[in-house]
Order: sequence, then structure tokens, then C-alpha cells
Amino acid sequence: MKNESKRELELYLHIPFCVRKCYYCDFLSMPAEETLRRHYVDMLLEEIKCKSKACSGYLVSSVFFGGGTPSLLPGVQIKELMDALRQNFCIREDAEITVECNPGTLTRQKLIFYKAAGINRLSLGLQSASNRELQRIGRIHTFQDFLVSFDLARKIGFTNINVDVISALPNQTLQDWEYTLKRVLETRPEHISAYSLIVEPGTPFYEQYGEDELCREQGVEPKDLPNEKTERQMYQMTQELLGQKGYRRYEISNYALPGRACRHNIGYWQMVPYLGLGLGSSSFLENIRFSNTTGLSGYLKGNFGDLEKILNKSPSESLSFSQGNQEQSLCFLNKKQQMEEFMFLGLRMTDGVLRSAFEERFGLELESIYGNVLKKLQRQGLLGRQEGRIFLTETGISVSNYALSEFLLEE
Amino acid sequence: MAVIDQSKIRNFCIIAHIDHGKSTLADRMIEKTGLLTSREMQAQVLDNMELERERGITIKAQAVRIVYKAKDGEEYIFNLIDTPGHVDFNYEVSRSLAACDGAVLVVDAAQGIEAQTLANVYLALDHDLDVLPVINKIDLPSAQPERVIEEIEDVIGLEAQDAPQISAKTGLNIEDVLEQIVEKIPSPGGSPDHPLQALIFDSLYDSYKGVIVFCRIKEGTVRVGTAILMMATKATADVVEVGYFGAGQFIPCEELSAGMVGYITASLKNVRDTQVGDTITDVANPCKEPLPGYKKVNSMVYCGMYPADGAKYPDLRDALEKLQLNDAALQFEPETSIALGFGFRCGFLGLLHLEIIQERLEREYNLDLVTTAPGVIYKVHKTNGEVVELTNPSNLPDPAEIEYMEEPLVSAEIMVTSEFIGAIMDLCQERRGTYISMEYMEETRALLKYDLPLNEIIYDFFDALKSRSRGYASFDYEMKGYARSELVKLDILINKEEVDALSFIVHSGTAYERGRKMCEKLKEEIPRHLFEIPIQAAVGSKVIARETVKAMRKDVLAKCYGGDISRKRKLLEKQKEGKKRMRQIGNVEIPQKAFMSVLKLDDK
Repeated sequence: MKNESKRELELYLHIPFCVRKCYYCDFLSMPAEETLRRHYVDMLLEEIKCKSKACSGYLVSSVFFGGGTPSLLPGVQIKELMDALRQNFCIREDAEITVECNPGTLTRQKLIFYKAAGINRLSLGLQSASNRELQRIGRIHTFQDFLVSFDLARKIGFTNINVDVISALPNQTLQDWEYTLKRVLETRPEHISAYSLIVEPGTPFYEQYGEDELCREQGVEPKDLPNEKTERQMYQMTQELLGQKGYRRYEISNYALPGRACRHNIGYWQMVPYLGLGLGSSSFLENIRFSNTTGLSGYLKGNFGDLEKILNKSPSESLSFSQGNQEQSLCFLNKKQQMEEFMFLGLRMTDGVLRSAFEERFGLELESIYGNVLKKLQRQGLLGRQEGRIFLTETGISVSNYALSEFLLEE
Repeated sequence: MAVIDQSKIRNFCIIAHIDHGKSTLADRMIEKTGLLTSREMQAQVLDNMELERERGITIKAQAVRIVYKAKDGEEYIFNLIDTPGHVDFNYEVSRSLAACDGAVLVVDAAQGIEAQTLANVYLALDHDLDVLPVINKIDLPSAQPERVIEEIEDVIGLEAQDAPQISAKTGLNIEDVLEQIVEKIPSPGGSPDHPLQALIFDSLYDSYKGVIVFCRIKEGTVRVGTAILMMATKATADVVEVGYFGAGQFIPCEELSAGMVGYITASLKNVRDTQVGDTITDVANPCKEPLPGYKKVNSMVYCGMYPADGAKYPDLRDALEKLQLNDAALQFEPETSIALGFGFRCGFLGLLHLEIIQERLEREYNLDLVTTAPGVIYKVHKTNGEVVELTNPSNLPDPAEIEYMEEPLVSAEIMVTSEFIGAIMDLCQERRGTYISMEYMEETRALLKYDLPLNEIIYDFFDALKSRSRGYASFDYEMKGYARSELVKLDILINKEEVDALSFIVHSGTAYERGRKMCEKLKEEIPRHLFEIPIQAAVGSKVIARETVKAMRKDVLAKCYGGDISRKRKLLEKQKEGKKRMRQIGNVEIPQKAFMSVLKLDDK
């Protein structure tokens, strides 16, 4: 098959290990011994081999090593994985290939291996430029560690770097946040992800601040978390400061210099098919959403599921499958669900969705499905329309949860 | 079956204050007499409904026949009639008592006499019943049987020196109770040959048998084929089956004659034909007079009930009709609300009755309900001389047409230990009570008498009473009639729009306080919207309280979770689901439970 006739595919590889868990983190990750990590990488290599067989009709446009902390692995293991991917999948020459890194784990040697493996984008988890804050949220590195890592990466030739920062940390003031933003801007990364802290159940932060967050949601003044007004000002400040320096917000929490938006991420919002590899990773192929087992011991025994079987299931079989011993969940999206996702994912991007794209994909006029919702949200000032595009306004973005939930259709 | 010797029958009930162990004693007696083995016993056999067992209260009257072989070697037939134990069902209690010849009075050895004990004893004495006191819970470390015996003698004036001292829980001395029932409770009178005269003390609807009437035969005999007449409702029918009560089952027999307690089925379709307290007689050979004491039961408390899902309106109607088959005191008629759509205005004996019906509708009929604030029946005297009985605040005539209004009063008896007298008097004062009297029962306990407006006690008076007396006060009341009162209609405006389902009638003196609390409560219940929502309480055109629900400014869940879109979907679905349980009033979405929030305004 010629590459031109192949469908687009994104790959996500999950590395569920970290030095220690940050207090706010609810991602699937854990500290682990070196031998266990090696064992895991071996199984990941196995999974790549098995699952790639069902993907010969796809051309990979992006690869993302996420975690956990992928940079915890020795550089050579990332290279092994990349080599295996190249052997088994058809990967575009100009594919975007990202590795998430924790500044506390990055070394010159690792970066050299990444370069050799063809990694062309790094995502550095900084979170804050204040060492006091970094300590308070359980990070293992200092701001200086970050600067060293960033510098190294530039010297070794990484020209596309993202920096992650988190606003609305406990006891953070607007000035604190401004400090972090300014220090990050001084390093001039190509991309900045600026999330607002979510206090997730099951994290140490939830124990500590869960009640506080509940207060804030109900409009009561919180004790430790920044109040609603400050939280919102932080969001606005992010946009202002970053905007002044040429970063454009292209998604609710993501900013980039021109041409540097993260293609992998955009793929999620545009319903590009993706295959997740590794523990607990999610996939979206042929309108089926499924995910791998989240149990490490099961995964290490090779319970990562048979992709060919999954893709050959009929929707009616979904239940029996998910009840099997594979510990996998599987969901066939019907047309209604596809339309919902097209809207609530697409609208996360500031460019929003194209009316024509909806019509092309579903063969239906957007208005025939969402006419009332669009009218209502527009009346409320949450939605804008321009040249066949529909997008959330500033206000719409700040209450995006409410606005997006409107796109769920009745049964 | 052999003809039963009237002298070997004992018809009695057990009366007690709530939680003094009435149902446990009944269970133990059933077990002792071998009607059920203890393995077959489910705790509290007589409380049939799931709800009754759960709440530990008796809602419907129940009866059971047990056979006791006494120490004199003779076998006695005991008909035990279990009476409802709540003031809402006072009339039912009085009819159950009228079906008995004696009563076993259970008093808790630790707590002594309580308000309900007194009310029940007086009721029993009114019916000329012989009252047999029993001291229960003597196994408790805090038991003081001597003190309680003294109290029974001093306060009630009953001989109590040889009262059985028992523990219904452990089964201790239950035989003493059984023996004393034989000795002290008289056998029934009446002649099997007189014209039939039977008292209905309860009835229930069974989908196979139709209406099953519980009755005590005072005179005469009834058997299959007898044409019977209900003297008050004038309903007639032919008897299909007669029988007596096994444990949890009906056992048919040939006939019921004077002195016996049993049931009659007569292909009747509706319990409204067989009102509690009515007299059954033989069409062919009628008795001269009905038995005394019948009255039609009237609803005292009203509220609106609406299906949460408007499409379930017919289901709600069916469910209410079915419940009414079994509950003559339940009334309902259709009504519409701007806020809540189609529903019913329902009438109940009291708040407990309301709660029970509401729970049964939700549990047994799987209906999700929105209930409006309960109210009483007000009498509106119009300037044109007309008197309107008002059950729905929305129907209040224009104030210009109103001469004056009246509200129902109750006379309440509250028994309380002396340290809490002040707190309870304060409470009664706040609830617009009129002090009548106070008597000391003994050194540390007093009986307070107050006249209270019914609408002040239907919401949360009992809870307030309990919390202000650390659970020690007990309470009983009876209707006293109507009194003129300064009443106003309190309206609630949400985002400037009046919400009819939230209006209620209050005394003008408490309107401000109520309005303020209501606004505060609604502020908690109504989620934030994209705009500010004023909540106002108003009397006429005058706003008396106001709160504001702040506008929602930020609600973002930005994380992507490594492509885990299902998680994102779930969060959005949860948000959307929350909205489904809302009622749209203008631009504002109000959660269903906000309509019930008026019920819980006492925050003390």
C-alpha cells in the first residue's frame, strides 16, 4: 500500500514509572525498581510487535511518550522502543515525536540517545518557577534543575520544547503565578501548557484540599486554594502575558509560537485515530474507544489484548468482551456519540469546529442536530460563529464544562 | 372447628409509648404460645410492611389469634390487636381499642410514663377497657421498676404492685403476662343469636380477595353467604369468606360469632366502602343501632405531589389509586402548578402519614416525586360571607376579598423532665402556643399543656422538641378546632419570577423569619448559573427577604488524561445528568429537592 492512501494514526506509549508521586498527580504511575522497569519495556516491545500487525493500513503522524516519567528510563530503552516502532509501524518522516521529561531525571546522555532515536520534541514538566512551590507540591527538582535541562536540550539540538506549568496551586498568589510565567517566558520555549490545578480524588492533595475545593465550587471563600476570582485572573494573566510574547492559545490550556502547536494533542481533539501502548493506555480506532488493563502484574503477563480481535468485534459483542479476563474496556461509538465527541472535543480548540467538517463526516447539517444548543449558547455569549466556524468565546472557555456538556444529546 | 366457648376468649391490645417494647412483647407472646417457632420468627411479626419494620412503627392495625394453654389446664384463645402507635392515627387507635375488652400497658422500666403512655391509657379507659400494666426492659442496667410502679399508681391510678416485670427482649417472665391476661382481662359478652353487630377496625385491599375487613363481632353471627350492610357507608355485599388471623396469614373458618375477632371478605372493591369504625349488620336481620363512635376521617395535612418526570403523571395517578384502595384516609385530586406541571393535591392524617405515603410511592411504585411544603386546611372568610376551605396556598383569594382567616388548633400535652421545662416553654412560645397548664407528675417531671396552631407543628416540631430536651420530652396532641389568626401568603420569587409551588401560608409574625430562612436555604440548593440569581421572599408586593446566588465564573476541566476521552465524557455526562433533575423556571434551573427544602427550616 502506498503511504498516500494510508489513514492517519497517532501512537501513545505510556511509561507508568516515576521517582515518586507528586501530591496532586492522579495519573497511572508509580515508583519501581530498575529490573521491573526493564521487564515492562520488554513487554511494551512485545505489545508493539503484536498490535502493529493490525495497523498496516495506517501511517503514523505522531508519537508521544507519556507517563509517569518516560525520562526515568535509560535513554537506550527509549531508543529501543523507537527502533521497534519504526520496524513495525509505518512512520512519516516528518512525524512529531515527543518525550515527556522530568527535569530531575534528565541527563546529557539521555538527551543524546533521544536525538539519535529521532525524538524531535521534548515536554518538560516544570510546574512552577518557585522552589518553595515545587517542594510544596511534591516535585523532585528545583527551578535551577529545569534551567540546566532546558539549556542542555537546546545545546543538543532540540528546537521544539514544551514547558508544563500549573496555576492555582495552594496558597499561590497572582504575583507568584506571574513570576512563574515570566521566568518561563525568559527561556523562550516553543510551546507552553498552562493547566489550572484540579484537586483529584485519591491524591494527597484531595485529603488536604478536597473540602476547600468544594467550598470554592459553591462560591464560599476557600482557605488555602486561591479563590475563584484569583483563579480566573491567573487564567487571564496567562493569556495576556503569553499573548504579548507571541504565543497563541490554540486550546483551553495550550499556547504555542506560530506553527508549534502540538499535533499529537490536536489529533485527540479532531478525532484522529490513535493507538495507546502500555499500561492503562487509551486507544481510538475505527470508532471504538478501548483501553489497556490498568493492573501492572496482568500487563506484565502479557494481558494487553489482541488488537485484531478487538477491531473485528461487532458492537453487540462489546459487553462479553469487557467482562472477560482481559480487563479491558471497550466502547463502540454510535453515530450520536461520535457527533457529541466531535463537538465537545473540537470546541476545546480556540479555532473550534468547521461546520463543513461536521457535515462531511456525518452527512447531516450541524443545525439539524445542534440548532437549539447553538442558539442557546450563542445567546448566553458562550459561543461565537465566524466564516463557517463555531468556537467558544472567552467566557465560553472559562465555563467550558457547562458549555460542552450541552452537546451531549438525549437518548 | 368446634364451637368456641366465649369464656375462653380474650380480646386485647398492647398499648405503649413508642419504643417501650410493644411489638417485641407481641412477638414474644406469639413465640411463647408456639404459633411460630423462633426460627420462623422474623423480628416483629405484626409489622408487615417493610417500612413498618424499618421505622419500628406500626402503620396499619394488625391482628393475630394465638392459643395459650394456661396453668389451669385450659386452652384460651387470645386475639391480639396491634394498634398504630402514632398520633396521626389516633382515630384508628380508638377503633382498635373499641374492638378489645382489655389492654396490656407496657411501660419502660427505665423511662417510666411518657406522654403517649398517658394518652393511650386515657383512650383505653374511655373505652372501659381493663388495663393490665407490665413493666418491660427490666434487664436494662438503668431499670427502676419500683419507681415506675409507683409512678403508674400515682399518675394513672392503676394497681401495679403485681404487674409482671419482664424483658420482652430476653423473654423473661412472659408467662406472667399470659397468665394475667387470662385472669384479669374479661371474656367478651354478646350473644350469637342477636342481630349481627360487628365493628370494623381496619380493612385492607388484596388483589385476589378484594377488600378484607378486620372486625370484632359484638353481637350475632356472620357466615359465608350472609348479606351484610355497612351502616354508615350503606354499602352492601354478600360474604364470601370469614376467618381469623394466623401469623401473617388468613385462616378461613365457618363462622364468626359474638365475642370473636376475625375477617370478612365480601367481593368489595374499595376500602372506602368499609370505613374504620363503621358497623356491619345483617341485611336480613339488622340491628337497631350502629355501634357508637363512628366518624368520618378527615385529612389534616395537605401537600402537592408531582412526578419528577412529567411523563409519569399517569403512573402517579395509578399508584395513588392503588394506595387509596388500602388507605381510606388518603385523599387526592389533580392540580397543576406553573413550576411543577401536572400533579395532585393530596390530603393526609398528619405528617407521618404523608411521609409514609411518599416513601411507599417512591419505593413500591418506583416514582421519583417532588413534594411541596405541607400545609393545613385554613378557613377563609370572605367579605361576601362565603367560607372557603383552603388546602392549596395558590388558591388564596385576593386579600381585598378576605374578611378574616382561621387556622386549626391542637391541644398538646408535653411531658418533660424539669430541667428542660424552660427550653420547651420557649419552643411553644416561638410556635405561637397558648399556655394552658403545668402539672408536676412527680418531683422531676411535669406535664405541660399548650394550645398550638397545627401549622406550627406539622413540619419539624417533634424534631425541635427532641433536640431541645436531649430526647427526653414526649408529645401527644388532639385536634381542638379553629381559631382566627393573622395569616399571610408568603411568595418566593426566583430571578424575579414567582414560583407557585414554593408559596405557603404563615402567621404574619413569623413571615419575616420564615422568608429569610427559606431564601438562605434556596441559596444553598440552587446551583450557580451564568448570571446572578436573586431569591426573594415577598408578602403581597412587599419583599421581606433576599439572597443572591452568585454567577458562575469558572468551570473548566482542562486536563486531557493521555487520550482518555471516556473519562472526559463521564464528567460531562455527570454535569448533564445533574441538570435533568432540575426544573426550569424562566431562565433558572432549580433542583427538585429545593421544593422540599421548606420542610427543614429549623436549624437549631
